[in-house]
Amino acid sequence: MTETRYTKDHEYVRVEGDVAVIGISDHAQQALGDVVFVELPAVGAALAKGDSAAVVESVKAASDVFAPVSGEVVEVNADVDAQPGLINEDAMGRGWIFKIKLANAGELASLLSEADYEAFLKTLA
Amino acid sequence: MSDSATLRTPLHALHVELGARMGPFAGYDMPIQFSSGILAEHLHTRAHAGLFDVSHMGQAELVGSDHATVAAALERLCPADFLGLAPGRQRYSQLLNPEGGIVDDLMVSRPPGADGRLNLVVNAARKAIDFALLESNLPPSVRLTRLDRLALVALQGPAAVAVLQRLEPNSGLAAMAFMSTQPVRFGRISAFVSRSGYTGEDGFEISLPADEAEAFARRLLADPDVASIGLGARDSLRLEAGLCLYGHELDETIDPIEAGLAWSIQKRRRLEGGFPGAARVQAALVAGPARKRVGLRPDGRAPAREGAEIVDASGAEIGRITSGGFGPSVGAPIAMGYVASSAAASGTPVSLMVRGKPLAARVSPLPFHPHAYHRG
Repeated sequence: MTETRYTKDHEYVRVEGDVAVIGISDHAQQALGDVVFVELPAVGAALAKGDSAAVVESVKAASDVFAPVSGEVVEVNADVDAQPGLINEDAMGRGWIFKIKLANAGELASLLSEADYEAFLKTLA
Repeated sequence: MSDSATLRTPLHALHVELGARMGPFAGYDMPIQFSSGILAEHLHTRAHAGLFDVSHMGQAELVGSDHATVAAALERLCPADFLGLAPGRQRYSQLLNPEGGIVDDLMVSRPPGADGRLNLVVNAARKAIDFALLESNLPPSVRLTRLDRLALVALQGPAAVAVLQRLEPNSGLAAMAFMSTQPVRFGRISAFVSRSGYTGEDGFEISLPADEAEAFARRLLADPDVASIGLGARDSLRLEAGLCLYGHELDETIDPIEAGLAWSIQKRRRLEGGFPGAARVQAALVAGPARKRVGLRPDGRAPAREGAEIVDASGAEIGRITSGGFGPSVGAPIAMGYVASSAAASGTPVSLMVRGKPLAARVSPLPFHPHAYHRG
Protein backbone atom coordinates (compact mmCIF):
# COMPACT_ATOMS: atom_id res chain seq x y z
CA MET A 1 0.00 0.00 0.00
CA THR A 2 1.32 3.41 -0.92
CA GLU A 3 1.25 5.64 2.09
CA THR A 4 1.65 9.40 1.91
CA ARG A 5 3.38 11.20 4.76
CA TYR A 6 3.80 14.91 5.33
CA THR A 7 6.03 17.49 6.95
CA LYS A 8 5.01 20.62 8.81
CA ASP A 9 6.57 22.55 5.92
CA HIS A 10 3.85 21.08 3.69
CA GLU A 11 5.99 18.67 1.68
CA TYR A 12 4.57 15.23 1.04
CA VAL A 13 6.38 11.94 0.56
CA ARG A 14 4.71 9.04 -1.25
CA VAL A 15 6.77 5.87 -1.06
CA GLU A 16 6.80 3.62 -4.09
CA GLY A 17 9.15 0.74 -3.31
CA ASP A 18 12.48 2.23 -2.27
CA VAL A 19 11.79 5.51 -4.05
CA ALA A 20 10.08 8.49 -2.42
CA VAL A 21 7.98 10.79 -4.64
CA ILE A 22 8.09 14.30 -3.19
CA GLY A 23 6.06 17.40 -3.79
CA ILE A 24 4.18 20.15 -1.96
CA SER A 25 0.72 19.56 -0.57
CA ASP A 26 -2.53 20.85 -1.96
CA HIS A 27 -2.74 23.21 1.01
CA ALA A 28 0.68 24.60 0.11
CA GLN A 29 -0.17 25.21 -3.54
CA GLN A 30 -3.34 27.02 -2.54
CA ALA A 31 -1.44 29.24 -0.13
CA LEU A 32 1.27 29.99 -2.69
CA GLY A 33 -1.01 30.92 -5.54
CA ASP A 34 -0.18 30.48 -9.19
CA VAL A 35 3.19 28.74 -9.60
CA VAL A 36 5.27 30.28 -12.38
CA PHE A 37 8.61 28.52 -12.04
CA VAL A 38 10.17 25.54 -10.28
CA GLU A 39 13.87 25.21 -9.62
CA LEU A 40 14.51 21.48 -9.56
CA PRO A 41 17.36 19.66 -7.81
CA ALA A 42 20.06 18.05 -9.89
CA VAL A 43 19.60 14.36 -10.65
CA GLY A 44 22.27 12.54 -8.68
CA ALA A 45 22.41 15.15 -5.91
CA ALA A 46 22.78 13.68 -2.43
CA LEU A 47 20.29 15.30 -0.08
CA ALA A 48 20.10 15.10 3.67
CA LYS A 49 16.74 15.37 5.39
CA GLY A 50 16.02 19.10 5.83
CA ASP A 51 18.27 20.29 2.98
CA SER A 52 16.81 22.85 0.63
CA ALA A 53 16.01 20.73 -2.40
CA ALA A 54 13.90 22.84 -4.74
CA VAL A 55 12.31 26.27 -5.04
CA VAL A 56 8.73 26.91 -6.09
CA GLU A 57 8.15 30.43 -7.38
CA SER A 58 4.71 32.02 -7.43
CA VAL A 59 3.89 35.38 -8.98
CA LYS A 60 4.67 37.11 -5.70
CA ALA A 61 7.33 35.08 -3.90
CA ALA A 62 9.79 32.18 -3.84
CA SER A 63 9.22 29.24 -1.51
CA ASP A 64 11.79 26.62 -0.49
CA VAL A 65 11.01 22.93 -0.69
CA PHE A 66 13.04 20.94 1.83
CA ALA A 67 13.99 17.27 1.47
CA PRO A 68 11.71 15.43 3.92
CA VAL A 69 13.98 12.37 3.79
CA SER A 70 17.62 11.71 2.93
CA GLY A 71 18.82 10.11 -0.25
CA GLU A 72 19.93 10.56 -3.83
CA VAL A 73 17.75 12.41 -6.32
CA VAL A 74 16.93 9.84 -9.00
CA GLU A 75 14.39 11.75 -11.07
CA VAL A 76 12.95 15.25 -11.43
CA ASN A 77 9.60 16.08 -12.99
CA ALA A 78 10.16 17.52 -16.47
CA ASP A 79 6.41 18.24 -16.67
CA VAL A 80 6.50 20.81 -13.84
CA ASP A 81 9.59 22.29 -15.39
CA ALA A 82 7.65 22.91 -18.58
CA GLN A 83 4.29 23.58 -16.92
CA PRO A 84 4.75 24.96 -13.40
CA GLY A 85 0.97 25.36 -13.08
CA LEU A 86 0.67 21.56 -12.75
CA ILE A 87 1.54 22.07 -9.11
CA ASN A 88 -1.63 24.12 -8.69
CA GLU A 89 -3.75 21.76 -10.80
CA ASP A 90 -2.63 18.49 -9.22
CA ALA A 91 -0.07 19.01 -6.47
CA MET A 92 -0.41 15.49 -5.12
CA GLY A 93 -0.36 13.73 -8.49
CA ARG A 94 1.05 15.05 -11.75
CA GLY A 95 2.59 18.02 -9.88
CA TRP A 96 5.21 15.93 -8.06
CA ILE A 97 8.59 17.63 -8.02
CA PHE A 98 11.37 15.08 -7.50
CA LYS A 99 12.07 11.48 -6.48
CA ILE A 100 14.62 10.31 -3.95
CA LYS A 101 16.07 6.84 -3.47
CA LEU A 102 15.61 6.42 0.26
CA ALA A 103 18.85 6.27 2.22
CA ASN A 104 17.07 5.54 5.49
CA ALA A 105 13.45 4.35 5.46
CA GLY A 106 13.37 4.85 9.22
CA GLU A 107 13.11 8.60 8.65
CA LEU A 108 9.55 8.13 7.42
CA ALA A 109 8.31 7.25 10.88
CA SER A 110 8.96 10.77 12.19
CA LEU A 111 6.86 12.36 9.44
CA LEU A 112 3.15 13.11 9.85
CA SER A 113 0.50 10.67 8.74
CA GLU A 114 -2.25 12.05 6.53
CA ALA A 115 -4.58 12.27 9.55
CA ASP A 116 -1.96 14.05 11.63
CA TYR A 117 -1.27 16.48 8.78
CA GLU A 118 -4.99 17.27 8.43
CA ALA A 119 -5.13 17.91 12.18
CA PHE A 120 -2.04 20.10 11.92
CA LEU A 121 -3.67 22.14 9.12
CA LYS A 122 -6.63 22.84 11.37
CA THR A 123 -4.33 24.41 13.95
CA LEU A 124 -3.10 26.88 11.34
CA ALA A 125 -6.50 28.23 10.38
CA MET B 1 -6.48 38.46 12.13
CA SER B 2 -5.68 42.17 11.74
CA ASP B 3 -5.04 44.15 14.89
CA SER B 4 -7.32 46.92 16.03
CA ALA B 5 -4.90 49.64 14.89
CA THR B 6 -5.10 48.55 11.23
CA LEU B 7 -7.13 50.88 9.05
CA ARG B 8 -9.92 49.79 6.76
CA THR B 9 -11.23 51.31 3.55
CA PRO B 10 -14.99 51.75 2.96
CA LEU B 11 -14.94 48.56 0.87
CA HIS B 12 -13.35 46.33 3.52
CA ALA B 13 -16.54 44.41 4.34
CA LEU B 14 -17.17 43.81 0.65
CA HIS B 15 -13.67 42.41 0.13
CA VAL B 16 -14.11 40.00 3.03
CA GLU B 17 -17.55 38.97 1.77
CA LEU B 18 -16.03 38.21 -1.65
CA GLY B 19 -13.50 35.91 0.01
CA ALA B 20 -10.44 38.10 -0.49
CA ARG B 21 -7.16 37.04 1.05
CA MET B 22 -6.44 40.14 3.13
CA GLY B 23 -3.06 41.49 4.14
CA PRO B 24 -1.46 44.62 5.59
CA PHE B 25 -0.45 47.44 3.27
CA ALA B 26 0.47 50.96 4.35
CA GLY B 27 -1.35 50.45 7.63
CA TYR B 28 -4.54 49.20 5.95
CA ASP B 29 -6.06 45.73 5.80
CA MET B 30 -6.26 45.31 2.03
CA PRO B 31 -7.25 42.57 -0.43
CA ILE B 32 -4.07 40.99 -1.83
CA GLN B 33 -6.03 38.67 -4.07
CA PHE B 34 -9.55 37.36 -4.53
CA SER B 35 -10.56 33.77 -5.17
CA SER B 36 -9.38 33.57 -8.77
CA GLY B 37 -5.82 34.44 -7.85
CA ILE B 38 -3.25 36.98 -9.02
CA LEU B 39 -2.62 35.51 -12.47
CA ALA B 40 -6.31 35.36 -13.40
CA GLU B 41 -7.02 38.81 -11.94
CA HIS B 42 -4.13 40.30 -13.92
CA LEU B 43 -5.23 38.70 -17.19
CA HIS B 44 -8.88 39.63 -16.60
CA THR B 45 -7.92 43.30 -16.25
CA ARG B 46 -6.07 43.32 -19.57
CA ALA B 47 -8.91 41.49 -21.34
CA HIS B 48 -12.02 42.94 -19.67
CA ALA B 49 -12.30 45.31 -16.69
CA GLY B 50 -10.74 45.10 -13.25
CA LEU B 51 -12.11 46.96 -10.24
CA PHE B 52 -9.52 48.14 -7.72
CA ASP B 53 -10.16 49.65 -4.29
CA VAL B 54 -7.55 52.39 -3.89
CA SER B 55 -9.33 54.26 -1.12
CA HIS B 56 -6.28 53.89 1.10
CA MET B 57 -4.50 56.48 -1.04
CA GLY B 58 -4.45 60.08 0.18
CA GLN B 59 -6.89 62.48 -1.44
CA ALA B 60 -6.71 66.19 -0.72
CA GLU B 61 -7.52 69.52 -2.26
CA LEU B 62 -5.53 72.73 -2.43
CA VAL B 63 -7.72 75.82 -2.41
CA GLY B 64 -6.79 79.43 -3.05
CA SER B 65 -8.17 82.59 -4.59
CA ASP B 66 -7.37 81.61 -8.18
CA HIS B 67 -5.58 78.99 -10.23
CA ALA B 68 -2.33 80.93 -10.56
CA THR B 69 -2.01 81.24 -6.78
CA VAL B 70 -2.65 77.58 -6.08
CA ALA B 71 -0.49 76.37 -8.97
CA ALA B 72 2.41 78.55 -7.88
CA ALA B 73 2.18 77.19 -4.34
CA LEU B 74 2.37 73.58 -5.57
CA GLU B 75 5.19 74.46 -7.98
CA ARG B 76 7.29 75.36 -4.93
CA LEU B 77 7.42 71.63 -4.11
CA CYS B 78 6.93 69.88 -7.47
CA PRO B 79 8.84 70.21 -10.74
CA ALA B 80 5.81 70.02 -13.06
CA ASP B 81 4.17 72.96 -14.77
CA PHE B 82 0.88 73.44 -12.93
CA LEU B 83 0.35 77.03 -14.03
CA GLY B 84 -0.16 75.67 -17.53
CA LEU B 85 -2.49 72.87 -16.43
CA ALA B 86 -5.79 73.47 -18.21
CA PRO B 87 -9.19 73.05 -16.53
CA GLY B 88 -10.32 69.41 -16.71
CA ARG B 89 -6.77 68.09 -17.04
CA GLN B 90 -4.56 65.93 -14.81
CA ARG B 91 -0.80 65.78 -14.51
CA TYR B 92 1.67 63.34 -12.89
CA SER B 93 4.47 64.78 -10.76
CA GLN B 94 6.60 64.32 -7.66
CA LEU B 95 7.08 66.11 -4.35
CA LEU B 96 10.81 66.76 -3.98
CA ASN B 97 13.10 67.26 -0.99
CA PRO B 98 15.88 69.90 -0.91
CA GLU B 99 18.35 67.41 -2.43
CA GLY B 100 16.05 66.73 -5.38
CA GLY B 101 15.08 63.34 -4.02
CA ILE B 102 11.51 62.13 -4.36
CA VAL B 103 9.29 62.40 -1.30
CA ASP B 104 6.32 60.92 -3.18
CA ASP B 105 4.79 60.79 -6.63
CA LEU B 106 1.28 62.08 -7.15
CA MET B 107 -1.52 62.93 -9.55
CA VAL B 108 -2.74 66.51 -9.67
CA SER B 109 -6.10 67.41 -11.23
CA ARG B 110 -7.60 70.77 -12.06
CA PRO B 111 -11.39 70.37 -11.84
CA PRO B 112 -13.20 72.08 -14.71
CA GLY B 113 -15.29 75.06 -13.67
CA ALA B 114 -14.09 75.80 -10.13
CA ASP B 115 -11.15 78.20 -10.15
CA GLY B 116 -8.46 78.07 -7.50
CA ARG B 117 -8.69 74.33 -6.74
CA LEU B 118 -6.31 71.48 -7.39
CA ASN B 119 -7.08 67.89 -6.35
CA LEU B 120 -4.20 65.68 -5.25
CA VAL B 121 -3.90 61.90 -4.99
CA VAL B 122 -0.81 60.64 -3.13
CA ASN B 123 0.44 57.23 -1.98
CA ALA B 124 -1.09 55.72 1.14
CA ALA B 125 2.27 54.98 2.74
CA ARG B 126 3.41 58.59 2.32
CA LYS B 127 0.27 60.63 2.82
CA ALA B 128 1.02 61.77 6.36
CA ILE B 129 4.49 62.93 5.28
CA ASP B 130 3.16 64.54 2.09
CA PHE B 131 0.40 66.50 3.79
CA ALA B 132 2.77 67.71 6.52
CA LEU B 133 5.27 68.82 3.87
CA LEU B 134 2.59 70.66 1.93
CA GLU B 135 1.10 72.33 4.98
CA SER B 136 4.46 73.61 6.19
CA ASN B 137 5.28 75.03 2.76
CA LEU B 138 2.03 76.63 1.67
CA PRO B 139 1.62 80.41 1.65
CA PRO B 140 -1.17 81.72 3.91
CA SER B 141 -3.38 82.27 0.85
CA VAL B 142 -3.53 78.55 0.00
CA ARG B 143 -5.19 75.92 2.20
CA LEU B 144 -4.80 72.13 2.11
CA THR B 145 -7.86 70.09 3.00
CA ARG B 146 -7.63 66.31 3.36
CA LEU B 147 -10.58 64.56 1.73
CA ASP B 148 -10.79 61.60 4.11
CA ARG B 149 -14.55 61.18 3.53
CA LEU B 150 -13.93 60.15 -0.07
CA ALA B 151 -13.33 56.67 -1.42
CA LEU B 152 -11.35 56.02 -4.58
CA VAL B 153 -11.89 53.13 -6.99
CA ALA B 154 -10.24 52.38 -10.31
CA LEU B 155 -11.85 50.56 -13.19
CA GLN B 156 -9.16 49.50 -15.66
CA GLY B 157 -9.14 47.52 -18.88
CA PRO B 158 -10.48 47.63 -22.45
CA ALA B 159 -14.07 47.07 -21.28
CA ALA B 160 -14.00 49.81 -18.63
CA VAL B 161 -15.49 52.54 -20.79
CA ALA B 162 -18.33 50.30 -22.01
CA VAL B 163 -19.07 49.21 -18.44
CA LEU B 164 -19.39 52.83 -17.28
CA GLN B 165 -21.43 53.74 -20.35
CA ARG B 166 -23.88 50.96 -19.50
CA LEU B 167 -24.04 52.18 -15.93
CA GLU B 168 -24.61 55.82 -16.88
CA PRO B 169 -25.39 56.30 -20.58
CA ASN B 170 -25.45 60.09 -20.46
CA SER B 171 -22.24 60.57 -18.51
CA GLY B 172 -20.06 61.62 -21.44
CA LEU B 173 -17.32 59.36 -20.10
CA ALA B 174 -16.63 57.74 -23.48
CA ALA B 175 -15.56 61.10 -24.86
CA MET B 176 -13.07 61.77 -22.06
CA ALA B 177 -9.48 62.08 -23.20
CA PHE B 178 -6.63 60.32 -21.41
CA MET B 179 -5.54 62.37 -18.36
CA SER B 180 -8.70 64.45 -18.37
CA THR B 181 -10.94 64.92 -15.36
CA GLN B 182 -14.55 65.85 -14.82
CA PRO B 183 -17.36 65.57 -12.28
CA VAL B 184 -19.84 62.79 -13.14
CA ARG B 185 -23.17 61.88 -11.58
CA PHE B 186 -23.86 58.16 -11.22
CA GLY B 187 -27.54 58.28 -10.31
CA ARG B 188 -27.53 60.48 -7.25
CA ILE B 189 -23.85 59.97 -6.48
CA SER B 190 -21.61 62.96 -7.21
CA ALA B 191 -18.27 61.62 -8.29
CA PHE B 192 -15.09 63.04 -9.73
CA VAL B 193 -13.59 60.96 -12.52
CA SER B 194 -10.25 60.95 -14.31
CA ARG B 195 -9.31 58.88 -17.30
CA SER B 196 -6.07 57.49 -15.95
CA GLY B 197 -4.69 54.59 -13.99
CA TYR B 198 -1.82 52.42 -12.92
CA THR B 199 -2.08 49.40 -15.20
CA GLY B 200 -1.12 50.63 -18.67
CA GLU B 201 -4.69 49.97 -19.81
CA ASP B 202 -7.47 52.44 -20.62
CA GLY B 203 -9.40 53.12 -17.47
CA PHE B 204 -10.93 55.51 -14.99
CA GLU B 205 -10.27 56.53 -11.40
CA ILE B 206 -13.45 57.46 -9.57
CA SER B 207 -13.51 59.51 -6.40
CA LEU B 208 -16.83 59.36 -4.56
CA PRO B 209 -18.29 59.73 -1.07
CA ALA B 210 -17.15 56.89 1.19
CA ASP B 211 -20.70 56.00 2.22
CA GLU B 212 -21.70 55.49 -1.43
CA ALA B 213 -18.68 53.39 -2.32
CA GLU B 214 -19.91 49.90 -1.43
CA ALA B 215 -23.19 50.22 -3.33
CA PHE B 216 -21.33 51.67 -6.29
CA ALA B 217 -18.77 48.86 -6.27
CA ARG B 218 -21.55 46.26 -6.10
CA ARG B 219 -23.23 47.83 -9.14
CA LEU B 220 -19.96 47.63 -11.06
CA LEU B 221 -19.34 44.04 -9.96
CA ALA B 222 -22.82 43.10 -11.19
CA ASP B 223 -21.56 43.77 -14.72
CA PRO B 224 -20.25 40.47 -16.17
CA ASP B 225 -17.14 42.19 -17.52
CA VAL B 226 -16.01 43.39 -14.10
CA ALA B 227 -14.01 41.44 -11.53
CA SER B 228 -12.52 42.54 -8.20
CA ILE B 229 -8.74 42.83 -8.36
CA GLY B 230 -6.33 42.76 -5.40
CA LEU B 231 -3.01 44.45 -4.71
CA GLY B 232 -1.05 41.45 -5.97
CA ALA B 233 -2.31 41.87 -9.52
CA ARG B 234 -2.15 45.67 -9.18
CA ASP B 235 1.59 45.23 -8.68
CA SER B 236 2.12 42.81 -11.58
CA LEU B 237 0.08 45.06 -13.88
CA ARG B 238 2.04 48.20 -13.07
CA LEU B 239 5.36 46.34 -13.30
CA GLU B 240 4.52 45.13 -16.80
CA ALA B 241 3.53 48.72 -17.64
CA GLY B 242 6.94 49.95 -16.46
CA LEU B 243 5.40 52.21 -13.81
CA CYS B 244 7.23 53.23 -10.65
CA LEU B 245 6.13 52.23 -7.16
CA TYR B 246 7.17 54.47 -4.27
CA GLY B 247 9.53 52.70 -1.92
CA HIS B 248 10.89 50.65 -4.82
CA GLU B 249 11.80 52.72 -7.92
CA LEU B 250 11.28 55.99 -6.06
CA ASP B 251 12.60 57.15 -2.70
CA GLU B 252 14.14 60.19 -1.09
CA THR B 253 17.60 59.44 -2.54
CA ILE B 254 16.42 59.14 -6.15
CA ASP B 255 15.75 62.16 -8.37
CA PRO B 256 13.21 62.27 -11.21
CA ILE B 257 15.86 62.19 -13.94
CA GLU B 258 17.48 58.96 -12.71
CA ALA B 259 13.98 57.55 -12.35
CA GLY B 260 13.25 58.20 -16.00
CA LEU B 261 10.59 60.80 -15.20
CA ALA B 262 12.10 63.78 -17.04
CA TRP B 263 9.05 63.66 -19.33
CA SER B 264 6.94 64.82 -16.35
CA ILE B 265 9.01 68.02 -15.95
CA GLN B 266 7.71 70.44 -18.54
CA LYS B 267 10.13 72.69 -20.44
CA ARG B 268 9.46 75.94 -18.58
CA ARG B 269 10.26 74.31 -15.23
CA ARG B 270 13.44 72.68 -16.56
CA LEU B 271 14.71 76.10 -17.59
CA GLU B 272 13.44 78.13 -14.64
CA GLY B 273 13.86 75.70 -11.76
CA GLY B 274 12.23 77.06 -8.61
CA PHE B 275 11.55 73.65 -7.06
CA PRO B 276 13.56 71.81 -4.39
CA GLY B 277 16.74 70.19 -5.71
CA ALA B 278 16.45 72.03 -9.02
CA ALA B 279 20.24 72.29 -9.38
CA ARG B 280 20.64 68.51 -9.20
CA VAL B 281 17.76 67.93 -11.61
CA GLN B 282 19.06 70.51 -14.08
CA ALA B 283 22.58 69.08 -13.92
CA ALA B 284 21.26 65.58 -14.58
CA LEU B 285 19.23 66.87 -17.53
CA VAL B 286 22.37 68.40 -19.03
CA ALA B 287 25.00 65.77 -18.27
CA GLY B 288 22.82 62.71 -17.89
CA PRO B 289 22.29 60.98 -14.55
CA ALA B 290 24.92 58.65 -13.08
CA ARG B 291 22.44 55.80 -12.81
CA LYS B 292 19.20 55.02 -14.62
CA ARG B 293 16.04 53.04 -14.04
CA VAL B 294 15.88 50.18 -16.53
CA GLY B 295 13.82 47.15 -17.38
CA LEU B 296 15.42 43.72 -17.05
CA ARG B 297 14.49 40.46 -18.75
CA PRO B 298 16.06 37.27 -17.39
CA ASP B 299 17.07 34.97 -20.25
CA GLY B 300 15.56 31.97 -18.47
CA ARG B 301 12.32 31.44 -16.63
CA ALA B 302 13.44 32.01 -13.05
CA PRO B 303 12.22 35.31 -11.60
CA ALA B 304 14.69 37.72 -10.01
CA ARG B 305 13.25 39.79 -7.21
CA GLU B 306 13.66 43.07 -5.39
CA GLY B 307 17.06 43.45 -3.76
CA ALA B 308 18.94 41.19 -6.17
CA GLU B 309 22.32 42.53 -7.26
CA ILE B 310 22.86 43.31 -10.91
CA VAL B 311 26.39 42.52 -12.05
CA ASP B 312 28.26 43.08 -15.29
CA ALA B 313 30.27 40.57 -17.33
CA SER B 314 33.25 40.92 -15.01
CA GLY B 315 31.12 40.27 -11.94
CA ALA B 316 31.25 43.87 -10.70
CA GLU B 317 28.03 45.13 -9.10
CA ILE B 318 26.42 47.78 -11.31
CA GLY B 319 23.04 48.06 -9.67
CA ARG B 320 20.10 46.46 -7.85
CA ILE B 321 16.62 45.26 -8.69
CA THR B 322 13.88 47.44 -7.20
CA SER B 323 10.90 45.35 -8.31
CA GLY B 324 10.87 41.89 -9.84
CA GLY B 325 8.53 39.02 -10.47
CA PHE B 326 6.58 37.33 -13.17
CA GLY B 327 4.63 39.15 -15.89
CA PRO B 328 1.47 37.17 -16.61
CA SER B 329 0.76 38.95 -19.91
CA VAL B 330 4.41 38.81 -20.94
CA GLY B 331 4.55 35.15 -19.90
CA ALA B 332 8.05 35.58 -18.51
CA PRO B 333 9.95 36.96 -15.53
CA ILE B 334 10.46 40.75 -15.54
CA ALA B 335 12.18 43.23 -13.28
CA MET B 336 13.08 46.91 -12.92
CA GLY B 337 16.11 48.33 -11.22
CA TYR B 338 18.82 50.93 -11.35
CA VAL B 339 22.12 50.43 -13.13
CA ALA B 340 25.11 52.64 -13.83
CA SER B 341 24.24 54.71 -16.88
CA SER B 342 27.13 53.16 -18.83
CA ALA B 343 25.30 49.82 -18.63
CA ALA B 344 21.77 51.12 -19.21
CA ALA B 345 21.43 50.66 -22.98
CA SER B 346 18.71 48.21 -24.00
CA GLY B 347 20.22 44.86 -24.87
CA THR B 348 23.16 45.19 -22.46
CA PRO B 349 23.84 41.70 -21.09
CA VAL B 350 23.95 41.54 -17.29
CA SER B 351 23.65 38.92 -14.59
CA LEU B 352 21.13 38.94 -11.75
CA MET B 353 22.24 37.31 -8.49
CA VAL B 354 19.53 34.87 -7.45
CA ARG B 355 20.17 32.48 -4.55
CA GLY B 356 23.89 33.12 -4.88
CA LYS B 357 24.04 32.30 -8.58
CA PRO B 358 24.32 34.70 -11.53
CA LEU B 359 21.34 34.42 -13.87
CA ALA B 360 21.86 35.78 -17.38
CA ALA B 361 19.58 38.69 -18.28
CA ARG B 362 19.35 41.66 -20.57
CA VAL B 363 18.50 45.33 -20.08
CA SER B 364 15.09 45.71 -21.67
CA PRO B 365 13.04 48.64 -22.95
CA LEU B 366 10.00 49.69 -20.95
CA PRO B 367 7.14 49.00 -20.85
CA PHE B 368 7.22 45.22 -20.98
CA HIS B 369 3.62 45.19 -22.17
CA PRO B 370 2.48 47.97 -24.53
CA HIS B 371 0.36 50.74 -23.07
CA ALA B 372 -3.22 50.91 -24.32
CA TYR B 373 -4.16 54.40 -23.14
CA HIS B 374 -7.16 55.99 -24.85
CA ARG B 375 -5.78 58.28 -27.52
CA GLY B 376 -9.01 58.63 -29.48
